[in-house]
Amino acid sequence: MATSYQRPLRVLLAKLGMDTHTVGVTIIGHALREAGMEVIFTGLKQTPEMVCSAAIQEDVDVVGISTLSAGHTRSLPKLARLLREAGAEDKLLVAGGVIPEEDKPVLEAAGVDRIFTMGSDTRDIVAYLNAWWKEQQSEEAA
Amino acid sequence: MAARSSGEPNDIARRLLDGEIAAGARAIRWLDDRDPRCATLLSAIYAHTGKAQIVGVTGPPGAGKSTLTDMLVSEWRGRGKRVAVIAVDPSSPFTGGAILGDRVRMARHSVDPGVFIRSLGTRGQAGGLSRSTHDAALVFDAMGYDIVVVETVGVGQDEIDVVNLAHTTIIVAVPGLGDEIQAVKAGIMEAGDIFVVNKADRDGYDATHRQMELILHLRASALPPDAPAVPLLRAVAAKGEGAAEIVDAIATHRVQLGEAGEFARQNSRRAREQVLALVRDGLLSRMIGMAADTVFEAVDTRQIDPHAAAARLLDTLAVRKVAA
Repeated sequence: MATSYQRPLRVLLAKLGMDTHTVGVTIIGHALREAGMEVIFTGLKQTPEMVCSAAIQEDVDVVGISTLSAGHTRSLPKLARLLREAGAEDKLLVAGGVIPEEDKPVLEAAGVDRIFTMGSDTRDIVAYLNAWWKEQQSEEAA
Repeated sequence: MAARSSGEPNDIARRLLDGEIAAGARAIRWLDDRDPRCATLLSAIYAHTGKAQIVGVTGPPGAGKSTLTDMLVSEWRGRGKRVAVIAVDPSSPFTGGAILGDRVRMARHSVDPGVFIRSLGTRGQAGGLSRSTHDAALVFDAMGYDIVVVETVGVGQDEIDVVNLAHTTIIVAVPGLGDEIQAVKAGIMEAGDIFVVNKADRDGYDATHRQMELILHLRASALPPDAPAVPLLRAVAAKGEGAAEIVDAIATHRVQLGEAGEFARQNSRRAREQVLALVRDGLLSRMIGMAADTVFEAVDTRQIDPHAAAARLLDTLAVRKVAA
């Protein structure tokens, strides 16, 4: 193809279970858009199966889960397992929201790549994703 | 961890022709990103396309295009059809970023293996679609989906690219936009195959319906008397009302296209449009590459005018007829 090759980062943002607190996920979505990323919202009250299926159909690079009303120690490991089983473990799985310190090792062991808790700066999230994406692309070029 | 966006184009092509969702998703990613692997991929799948009915859904922002699409998908699934949806939302012209939110209205279909929903940003393309939309439709066609819905961004006056892509274009209007309908009239009212007034339980429905009826009547008077009438239907998509009638009208339109030989003609017209669009794109970047800075400087300092500069660049092309 004659024209330029461009690869914006694609990020799926979702909320699992009965959690309906949307302020955080909306702010993150706008911050990522401002940073030039394509953000796909799936909406509220998603099951891990729905998120996994959407992530594959959209061929996103990053799956971001916002969680503010518990249940994450069950739903996030399940999502990580579904993504692995679907051969989609190359996607970065990131969680954010209200996540107690003692839950972090559990989630990390289950396959959550990075956790951002309350008070995280959106600029840090953008910088983290950009650094990861750069690493991915240099890996691919090698 | 496998590198993101990895894959070999002939392998991806073979898997998507077998209907594998992850392979189709990866193919569309490459098309959207203009990955060099697309050339091999497209030549491997193109012979398997030309079967799906492509249905465009367009209308002003807030008309309920996504909700209507969601409702139609359910109706098609009830009739045993496999459906793909390409949902286009605008990209920021400043950052290139985008928020793609059409899936939110279609979430109930996300675990149905007979439905594939893909969101695309316009990525700088005007006209209501992304540059990759045509090729994404080819991927879904090759995967064997019966229906490919293309939902445009909310349109204003002449974003009618979807008409060149779709076999059947649905124009969605809503009560209470008044002038908006006048605006849409310009390009789109002449082009739609099926008209739907959504949110028909709202105040102003009768007025909107009358307005559309008038426009369609005027349009019909310019056509031969035996031309099939353009359906004008009502829907309340959020409540699931009107689905059967709209899906019936889409099926009828498909039959009419087939009887008149129009389906094949549309396919060849679309193929031709796509070739020309790709030539325009490629030619432009090649010409830009060939233009020495002095050409632009000469225009800038008023030594030559823009038309003369363009003619000078175009003159450098070899003139020779090209066969397949």
